[in-house]
Amino acid sequence: MAKAKITFEDIEQTVSVPAGTRVIEVSERIGAGIIYGCREGDCGTCMMHVLEGWNNLTEPSVLEEKVLKENMAGRHDRLACQAQIIGDCKVKPA
Amino acid sequence: MKTSVDVSAHREGVEFADGVYWVGALDPNLRTFDIILTTANGTTYNSYLVRGSDGVAVIDTVKENFSDEFFARLESVADYSEIKVIVLNHLEPDHSGALPELMRRAPQAHLYISQRATSMLKALLHGEADLQYTTVKTGDSVSLGDRTLAFLHTPFLHWPDTQCTYVEEEGVLFSGDVFGCHYCDKRLYNDLVGDFRFSFDYYYAHIMRPFKKHVMDALKLIEPLHLKQIAPTHGPILRDRPRRYVTHYRELSTSALARSIGEQDRSMIIFYMSSYGNTARMAEAISEGASSIEGVRVSLYDLQGGETDPFVDLIEEADALLFGSPTINGDAVKPVWDLLSSLAVVNLKGKLGAAFGSYGWSGEAVRMIEDRMRGLKMNIPVQGQRVKLIPTDEELQDCQDFGRQIAEVLVGKPQEKGVIDFADLA
Repeated sequence: MAKAKITFEDIEQTVSVPAGTRVIEVSERIGAGIIYGCREGDCGTCMMHVLEGWNNLTEPSVLEEKVLKENMAGRHDRLACQAQIIGDCKVKPA
Repeated sequence: MKTSVDVSAHREGVEFADGVYWVGALDPNLRTFDIILTTANGTTYNSYLVRGSDGVAVIDTVKENFSDEFFARLESVADYSEIKVIVLNHLEPDHSGALPELMRRAPQAHLYISQRATSMLKALLHGEADLQYTTVKTGDSVSLGDRTLAFLHTPFLHWPDTQCTYVEEEGVLFSGDVFGCHYCDKRLYNDLVGDFRFSFDYYYAHIMRPFKKHVMDALKLIEPLHLKQIAPTHGPILRDRPRRYVTHYRELSTSALARSIGEQDRSMIIFYMSSYGNTARMAEAISEGASSIEGVRVSLYDLQGGETDPFVDLIEEADALLFGSPTINGDAVKPVWDLLSSLAVVNLKGKLGAAFGSYGWSGEAVRMIEDRMRGLKMNIPVQGQRVKLIPTDEELQDCQDFGRQIAEVLVGKPQEKGVIDFADLA
């Protein structure tokens, strides 16, 4: 299975994961500072800032785009409960 | 200023600034609000109307079953055809309840809400009306000719959608639930009503307290305003020395702990319960380990000897919270759950959490407490410490290391780490 590395900048920790893993699955287990609310892409609580590897996360769905807009997301912000890791990237809590 | 006012004697609008009217409703019989609050003498749903040379604005409405009183007061000061603007500062049903009917009666009126309110509006009205609205933020304003409504983006006071509206020419701030309270008094104004200090503070403690940071952000926008009167959505209109309430909000939202232990120090609180002294010994070892890190102030509390409310106060200001519980019949003990289910009034987002405990055979308590803390939006940087029955010297040493490790995370000391494989994560 293809692997990818995700780095959580706030705790300076890198994890090697199977491609397709959602950020939420890794960040909760590792204790990174991204915080979750509904866990289903609706509330915007888990907004994270993508520092590197923007294109190494799956593209946001129409629903995620809408929630990002409602929560006044910045240019490189994503929802950690929705984004799947498909290549190396670095993130931090937004 | 009028010396006697009785708004229960009539159903008319009350002018409290030039062209600015109270058109709200009294609910003197309410005793429980939103499940979480009690009120000893009811509440008011304050709706307001602003008359400008070029049209009328309605600011917030009332709870649906108080619509008759609201519409009667509104009709006494304006015709529906004059209403040009409707502002909802907050979409909670006690303020948006009469909106659909108001829109039916004044179909030409245009609605102004915050960006965050849009999804709530849809969920509240469920397509009842194909509403046209404009979203507004700080810096936006709407003109009514000789009256201007300026908007302040003040989110999370106490919903994501909340905002304030300011009538520049009259110095009146429509603050939404901010500076409000559940206090019903037919005398309407803060200098005429009874002693409502308790209701004001109680309301803050249950509604605004979890959002202190957002209160401080909002105060930055509110404090520079020339405030002649504050008109909140519940309780008395604050016409007499309104700035006192602004100052009081700042005091209530300021950390008391930072003043006593210094801005740089981090506070860690260890709560525990112990049946045979094993979890207590773990707690002491963890405390010792954590205390060895400079800049960390550790407090140790046996849950058996305390009450929930003061503990909630301590938790609010702590940076790290550790909970120790034995496992009894596959669960953490009740005092731990009691405390962990009493925290809705404080903001825990991003605080560090950890769990520990001694157990006899299965030891589920630690994982369950960790899950609860994650659910409360806390970070769990170090996996919990579990010991079977009586801790050995080595296990107590592990507890010390555990405390030290959490304290290091707390002061931001980098930990030694390589790349972890996902498969190795529990």
